[in-house]
Amino acid sequence: MGRRSAPEVNAGSMADIAFLLLIFFLVTTTIETDSGINRKLPPMEEIIDPPIIKERNIFTVVVNKNNQILVEEKLMELRNLRSEAVSFLDNGGGLAEEACNYCQGSKDRSSSDNPDKAIISLKNDRETDYKVYISVQNELVAAYNELRNREFMRLYPQENMDYVQADRKYTDPRTDKKVKDKLKEKLSVIKLMYPMKLSEAEPNKTS
Amino acid sequence: MSKFKKKGSGELPKISTASLPDIVFMLLFFFMVATVLRDNTLMIQNTLPAADQIQKLDKKDRVIYIYAGKPSARYQDKYGNQPRIQLNDKFATVGDVGAYILAERASKREELQNVLTTALKVDGETKMGLISDIKQELRKVNALKINYTTRIGDFTQNN
Repeated sequence: MGRRSAPEVNAGSMADIAFLLLIFFLVTTTIETDSGINRKLPPMEEIIDPPIIKERNIFTVVVNKNNQILVEEKLMELRNLRSEAVSFLDNGGGLAEEACNYCQGSKDRSSSDNPDKAIISLKNDRETDYKVYISVQNELVAAYNELRNREFMRLYPQENMDYVQADRKYTDPRTDKKVKDKLKEKLSVIKLMYPMKLSEAEPNKTS
Repeated sequence: MSKFKKKGSGELPKISTASLPDIVFMLLFFFMVATVLRDNTLMIQNTLPAADQIQKLDKKDRVIYIYAGKPSARYQDKYGNQPRIQLNDKFATVGDVGAYILAERASKREELQNVLTTALKVDGETKMGLISDIKQELRKVNALKINYTTRIGDFTQNN
């Protein structure tokens, strides 16, 4: 029996194992994607005739060089900023055609007329820390998102998600085209109810 | 009867290497997927601030990156410790930003040139003066869509 050699190991299934591992890693690893706060800068051309805005429709947020936050000239903690911004945006103190029928705020006459009129003005110093600025931006965006979430859930309870989730689904490239079109419509309705009017003043050169 | 002669040679059969390419490809694919391509070597400290109201920045071909922060330890004796802008692999001044954006925009495909986003990857300790200057430069070249790239987390982590 000397002519009988060791039987060859069957390597046919090796490829299967390899593919199995490959697919496992494909599924488990996630490619890191950057994320952050999207903003749009105003175009360069000067507005010749700036519209007149009533004082009560502007919510001024100033971050000074010591990283203190001043809201309507009063010192405020960062953690209170969100709720303060929400109550300003959702105030709905306007009368007649300026009234806001979906606002749930206090309808204070000395605060904003309706969310469409309400403008948040953010001003920072050149010495402000970037991380503080981002925190403030984050809280202001959070205020808008909170209101948008509420309205989205109220108007479209059948979607079973909030505005932020819907927006995420809309921007997800894996979402079906038909679903996207439907979502876009709903999202723009909500965006119109609470348009993001966040104006940034150029920082003061002095001080 | 060469058939029998061969078998009778007594040598051990060779181990099949047919699956070796599979293994190699598997490794290749794995590293292709798992590695994040970073075309810029950072010469600055870059601890991004945290935020939770964020949007994803996918489609990397539509993004122009601008980095800013203090030079990292090994560059500090040469460039000082004041926050600086980094474009591609070089330190730059505020005046270079406009030209950089225009050059980057020109290098993109034509249909993407209007939908580009500028991602600002700025260290949390940087002062806003520098960022305001960058923003002014971006406005001058009409690159209005920006993204403040952040970590995921809430504002209490920014202290």
